[in-house]
Order: sequence, then C-alpha cells, then structure tokens
Amino acid sequence: MARWWRTLKLSIKSLLLHPLRSALTVLGIFIGVAGVIWLLSIGEGIGRAAEEQIAGLGARNIIVRTIKPSADEVQDAGYGLTRDDYIRLLATVPTIDKAIPIREVSREFRNGTRKFEGRCVGCTPDYAEVARLEPKMGRFLSDGDLINQSNYCVLAAETADRLFPFGDPIGQKIMVDEHFFVVIGVMKSRAPSAGIGGSVAAEDFSRDVYIPITTMETRMGDMEVVMKPGQFQRDLKELSQITIQVKDRDLVLPTVDVVRDTIARNHTLADYGVTVPLELLQQAQTTRLMFMLFLGLIAAVSLVVGGIGIMNIMLATVTERTREIGIRRALGAKRRDITQQFLAEAVVLSVVGGLLGIVGGLLCRPISILIRGRLLDWFPEQMSTLPEIVRTVEPMMVSWSIPLAFAISVIVGVTFGVYPAIRAAQLDPIEALRHE
Amino acid sequence: MTAVATLAASIRELRKDYVLSGETVHALRGVSFDVPEGDYISIMGPSGSGKSTLLNLLGCLDRPTSGSFLLGGEDVAKMNDDQLSETRAKRIGFVFQSYNLLPALTVVENIEMPLYYGGRLDGETRDRCVELAKLVGLGNRLDHRPSQLSGGQQQRVAIARSLVNDPRFMLADEPTGNLDSVMTAEILDLLATLNAEGRTIILVTHENEVAERTSRTIVLRDGHILTDERR
Repeated sequence: MARWWRTLKLSIKSLLLHPLRSALTVLGIFIGVAGVIWLLSIGEGIGRAAEEQIAGLGARNIIVRTIKPSADEVQDAGYGLTRDDYIRLLATVPTIDKAIPIREVSREFRNGTRKFEGRCVGCTPDYAEVARLEPKMGRFLSDGDLINQSNYCVLAAETADRLFPFGDPIGQKIMVDEHFFVVIGVMKSRAPSAGIGGSVAAEDFSRDVYIPITTMETRMGDMEVVMKPGQFQRDLKELSQITIQVKDRDLVLPTVDVVRDTIARNHTLADYGVTVPLELLQQAQTTRLMFMLFLGLIAAVSLVVGGIGIMNIMLATVTERTREIGIRRALGAKRRDITQQFLAEAVVLSVVGGLLGIVGGLLCRPISILIRGRLLDWFPEQMSTLPEIVRTVEPMMVSWSIPLAFAISVIVGVTFGVYPAIRAAQLDPIEALRHE
Repeated sequence: MTAVATLAASIRELRKDYVLSGETVHALRGVSFDVPEGDYISIMGPSGSGKSTLLNLLGCLDRPTSGSFLLGGEDVAKMNDDQLSETRAKRIGFVFQSYNLLPALTVVENIEMPLYYGGRLDGETRDRCVELAKLVGLGNRLDHRPSQLSGGQQQRVAIARSLVNDPRFMLADEPTGNLDSVMTAEILDLLATLNAEGRTIILVTHENEVAERTSRTIVLRDGHILTDERR
C-alpha cells in the first residue's frame, strides 16, 4: 500500500515537471470522457422527452380518430367514426376496459358580455381519467349527467379564468350557441400533449369546456357549418375520437387488431386512423437505444484520440528519461518497478482527465440550458426554425455513464500506457546510463 | 574461518563478448582475481582495456559471457534480471563519475532511492538518510536539489546514496573524474574512511594519484590483467 502510494506520488511529481505538457494530455482525455457523458445525457434527454409524450397518451390506450377525407370523397352522409362504431367496439371486444366516445367542436363561450373562443368537448365521465384531468373545484361529469342529458358543463382552468375572472364559477351559467350550461366543476390545468405523428395531433387542454356527449348530440346535432369567405362548408360527423383503454398492457397489441377489423368492416372511406402509443413507445425505445449507441461510438473515437495522446507523450517521456531509467535500474530497480512507474504516470494522466471529464459531464445540463437560453435571447429568429426537440430538450444524466466514463479512462490509460512502460523497462541499464 | 569466507568476491576466467554491428568484440578475455573482505582496489588501464566492462560485471549490471563471479558466495553469472536488480539494491554501493543523481529529487530523496527498490523503506528511513547526509557533510542541504549543489557536494550525495543500504561492497567509476584537486582529496578521504570501516571498495580511475591512495592496483590491457600489485 505504502509502495503504491509512493509510486503514485512519484508519478505525480514527474508529471508536474512538465505541467503544460501534462495538462494538454489530460485535456485529450477530458474531452473524450466529458463527450461520452454529454452525448449520453443529451441522447437520454431526447429519448425521455419522446417517451414521456407517448406515455402521456397512455400505454394502455388505443386511440381511434376521425380523419377528414379529401373533399371530393366526402359524402352528404358524413364521415368518420360513428356512435355505432363505439357500441360495436364495446359489444364485440372483450378486452376493452373503457371506451370513451369524444366529439370536439369549436365554439364561442359566453358569460354575459365576456366571450371566449375554445373547444367544446362532448365526452363521458371516464374522459377525465384517461386525459389525466383533475378537478380543481367541483366535480367532473357523472354517469347521471350522461343519462339525463343534463345541461351541465365542466371548465378547463383558462376557460374558467377568462369567463369568471372574479369569483367562483360553480353554479353559474355559461352560454354555448343558444343553450345555457351550468358550471359544475373546474379542472386543474395540465401540460399540453404533443402530437406524435399518425392521426394524433397536439392537444392543448387549457381552453376546453366539457359537456356530456349525450347532451351534445341532442343540443348541437352532428352537423357543423363552417363559414368561409364565399362558401359554407358542411361537416357531418358523429364522433371525433374513440379512446379505448385496455385491461392490461400485454393485451394492447392483440386488441388493436380486433379494433382495426371491427371498424374497417363498416367504413369504406379512409376516414379514421388508429394510433397505438405502446407501439410508438416501443419504437421510441429502440430508436433511443440506437441513437445512444451511435453517440457513444462518436465519443469513443475521441477517447481513442485522447489515448493516443497519452501514448505519444509517454513514448517521448521514455526517450527523454532514458538516463533516469538507467540510474534507477543501476540502483536496484527491477524491470517491474520501471513498468509500474511509467504505467502509473499514464494512468494518473488518464484518471485525472477522467475525473475532470466527469465533472464536466455533470455540468452538461446547466451549461447546455444556459447556452440555449443565451442563443434564444440573441438569435430568436434563427432558433425558432430549429426543431422543437432542440429548443426544449433537457439533458438527463445517465447514472451508469459516470462509472462507465471512469472505467474507460482507466482502461485507456493502461492500454496506451503499457507499451511505453514496457519499452522503458526493456532498456539495457548500461546503455541507458550512458545516454546523455 | 575458511579462506573463502573472507573473500568479498571471487572472479574466475571472466569473459565478456559484445556483438557490435555484426562484429564480436572480446571486451574481457579471461580475468581472474580474488577480492578479500575490506580490500581497496583501483582498476586502471587505457580506454578499451575492458575496465568499464569489468566494473559493470562487478556491479551486477551485466552478466558475463562465461566464467564465474562469486559475490559473497553467490554466482552472479547465474542470476536472472530480477535477482541482479535485487543484488544491486541490497548489496552493492555505486558511485559514478557523473554522480547520476535524479535532478527532480531532493538530497534526501536521492539518498533513499536504493532502499525504495530494496523494499526496505520504513519509518526510520528519513532519519537514516539525514544521518548519512550529515556524515558526508551535507546536513544543512537536505532539501536542496542536485542543481543547487557543487560537483563535489553532488558526488558526496552520491556516496551517501551508495551507503544507504549499508553495502559491504562498493564500486566507484572514476569518482573524481569531474572534480578539481581539492574536491578530489575530499572524496578520496571519504572513501578511505569507508574502507577503514571495513568496506570493500573497487574503483576505476585514470589518475595515478588516485590509484596511489588504494592498497592494490589492477591494470588491464586488451581484456587481460597486465599487473596486479599490492602496495
């Protein structure tokens, strides 16, 4: 132990004789190790963000959504998912735990003279759970409301703030079209869900008003008339979406097939799309793994470059210190002692680089967020053209990247230090002593 | 006590050949002599006579091509590299013409180096090194670097270093070659004192004045012993 300690002290002393040279060598390893950690962190951050978005849609969910077909295919009979689809699904697919019929329309909500444009969502009581909405005041819709086709509504947080800036909205009335709805609850605000491709677009839950879907059917009908300059556009659809929750995660994929078949039988138009978050989640996980492997490889290349730096400097050192090696050998150093000494120096270089690299890696998150903040301040226009993920991703430290980085730095030190060290030990003591 | 036991070293028919750019050089062509315990020998001879080769063999830095070299009863010619290193670390004191101190280390650190490689470092190491530094008159220069010392002082550090493992057998390769006459006298006095303590000393020199201070002079020529005279 004492011997190791001495060898260590000796090597640090030798390295400090050439501080600049040692620092530059350390820098090579530092960049490699910090690079590994940074790339892994950023890869993890991107992967996590994607997974969270998908998981937000629910891993047990299957989302069937109406897609508007091209204009000439739309028939007067309307398009999209129907209430019959919903009933058929519930009746024929036993693995379904919950299924929620949803119809979304744009509406203007009024409270006296206050007006607010938002989304009116017809749904069932289960919607709150599946969309992960929690009540702030009052309650969400109930089965009774659904059966009674009550004129009740539940407001999203921002809708409530806009329509009732002062005071408690519960029990008050708002007007939608020519109908009055009694406010029975206000939901807490939640983060918008992002679009994940396929038929699922980003959803912003802040401007919503929820009413029972039965009420929506009787009060508003299935026809929407959109007025555009020079024309009216009719839009006839019964449901915008059916969200299915399956009893168990393992049952999701078999259920999807049955759901596809069931719906396809009654649709001649391609007027709906099925999105399975679980499938996307699995894809995202595979992609993430590939991505991190790829980034890891890039970082590994920089580590090898750092290692070659060590080897280079150690070879130069051996030549330079030939006489010292001769003296040590003459005074009784064994070959093993000389190997140890030079190997220790190489390992000290790489380990110092590795430790600094770990510190640098830990700073990944604050530094990258800081830099991005600055860039957003200075070049808002250029930055806004970058993909969403670049502007929002937060690097996540991967816990195993620290021991990995440390182990790699030690391995690099030993690997690239061993040849110079052996060369030093193989020098003939007499020749070495004569060396000037 | 038998006659053999009182021999510090016994050299028999020692030969050493080198291959130098394809040609074999016979540096030593059969050298034999005995070194009694406590002897003080100078080895002289023109360059190329084989005296450096002989000193390297005596110092266990090299192995002979043939012949035997018994050091305290053990045949050095049969040792492997690690055993040679160990012998150097524990049983031989080396003094070089060019001092061969490590410039990065202090006086004390230089002195303790053979103990480090002999695996004999302990809590009293520093005390012992300080004591030796005082013995060679450098008690007030303990933490100086070699570059801060004069040539004579450096050589005294080197002598202290050669003494740290308390060797019975000391080798000096032109220890005064780089020193002026005052310093030379100092170093020779020091060596004489060490010899008087009973240590066996073999030194290589060019100078007759140095050889005259020893008790026996071996002159080499072309790898043979030319004369071997006791004073």
